[in-house]
Amino acid sequence: MTQRKRTSNTQSKKTPGPAATQEEDDDQTFTQPSTTQVQRGLEKLTPAQVDQKTAEVVQFFLVKDQKKIPVRRADLVKHVVKEYRNIYPEIMKRAARIFDQVFGLKMIEIDAKNHMYILINKLETVEGASPITNPTNPKMGLLFVILSVIFMKGGVVGENLVWKTLKNLKVDVGEKHEEFGDVKKVVTDEFVRQRYLEYTRIPHTEPIEHEFHWGQRAEVEVSKSKILVFMGELHEQDPQSWSLQYQEAHSSSSAQPSTSSQR
Amino acid sequence: MSRQMGDSHRRFLQTMMANGIVDEQGARKLIAHCCEASNTQHNPDKLDDFIETINLKLQPMFMQITKGMSEDSGHQFYALVNMAETDVTRMSSDYADNELELFRKTMDLIVCSEKGNASSTDILNSADTMTTKKLKKSETEHLLNRLVHDKWLNEKRGEYTLSTRCIIEMEPYIRTMYQDQVKVCHICRNIAFQCQICENPTCGIKIHNPCVARYYKGRAEPRCPACDDFWPHEIPEVRRPKSQSRK
Ligand SMILES: [Zn+2]
Ligand SMILES: [Zn+2]
Repeated sequence: MTQRKRTSNTQSKKTPGPAATQEEDDDQTFTQPSTTQVQRGLEKLTPAQVDQKTAEVVQFFLVKDQKKIPVRRADLVKHVVKEYRNIYPEIMKRAARIFDQVFGLKMIEIDAKNHMYILINKLETVEGASPITNPTNPKMGLLFVILSVIFMKGGVVGENLVWKTLKNLKVDVGEKHEEFGDVKKVVTDEFVRQRYLEYTRIPHTEPIEHEFHWGQRAEVEVSKSKILVFMGELHEQDPQSWSLQYQEAHSSSSAQPSTSSQR
Repeated sequence: MSRQMGDSHRRFLQTMMANGIVDEQGARKLIAHCCEASNTQHNPDKLDDFIETINLKLQPMFMQITKGMSEDSGHQFYALVNMAETDVTRMSSDYADNELELFRKTMDLIVCSEKGNASSTDILNSADTMTTKKLKKSETEHLLNRLVHDKWLNEKRGEYTLSTRCIIEMEPYIRTMYQDQVKVCHICRNIAFQCQICENPTCGIKIHNPCVARYYKGRAEPRCPACDDFWPHEIPEVRRPKSQSRK
């Protein structure tokens, strides 16, 4: 939560100091075991024990993923891996293989400093509606609009523009929304925790102002070319006419997620 | 038969994870869709083989796609079951502790009732005896709506029953928690809530309504399959899944 000085807004108020520090301490005391340590650790365990622990890690990830909450290594070690921490890299390797081979998901580290992991869908979205439609989360529509605004404005926008855009769509941050409840909380807290958005204070502003960036999850999960197609349809304009955005969406350097933001 | 898991299986599993439960017809259509999406050959008659392939890989994760019957329609359903947590606590990522307490109380009412249901009035009354943070009337009503929406309960005219998903996913939990109350259906051997009961006091077996329909279909004088007494209840019609009635 404190990985960036800029991010120290609404978040830090809510996180009780001692608990957060405790977890950070846990993560700092956790040192990645060496290959030989892992090897020696594995020799002392039965394959069934390792499988069991891997299954627990997989379950932990799946529960967090339902709410799109990233998994912190510190939490994983403390609550699940526990006394198996000496073979942590091996367990993570096996869990990643299971996500890949059984669930069609990819485990990725979105924050190398704080060691946070998320699952993204490896399977491409296909043309033609599925006969069983997944329950859609209406908040994802809200998110898509905000990500679009940020992207079209070159990667960062002041919060006022976001609130104005939402107001044009009859979503007023000042009021309790029928479907989303407290809109400001959804956008600046839930989406931020899920790592879809970054909400940071603009320095030296009086009164305090914030700006939005894409979060790490959005970068790996949301397709920029899809956003351009969406904007093109909205404004009846050729997506290529936004040449800068078009370049970014189709550049090979930015990993292009093939999946939709919803699954 | 190839037991190798492919993208079609993974796609099917992802949909199961998002939905929790799907009926047999839906499962067939979904498999066809998933196979088409991954350019895989697909045999519509091999539904259970397809699911078995997934289950073999899910087993080490203590998960499984399990088949069960709707007590209401008698149709088959498939639900994704987490064998590591078949208890109400598996819902704890979506519900607060006091909400889970009310759900447990609702389950108590339903399991201990004759007909396998509980009225909204009874549920609202039971909210008064909560030990965790009490729910207001409006909160209880809202919670019941959410439980129906999330497919844990069914509601018909103010009467609540356990959903097919709830019965399939929590069967082991229900069997251990309510050992003395829970009865199994004499025909299909699954636990039975909404059912008919033999009126012979020394017998008293239970049969699901759809199982009654199938068992007595075309029999002139219905008799209890256990004690041979006259079966005094109305025999319901066998309900067919929509797409099968076309045949
Ligand atoms: Zn039965
Ligand atoms: Zn009888």
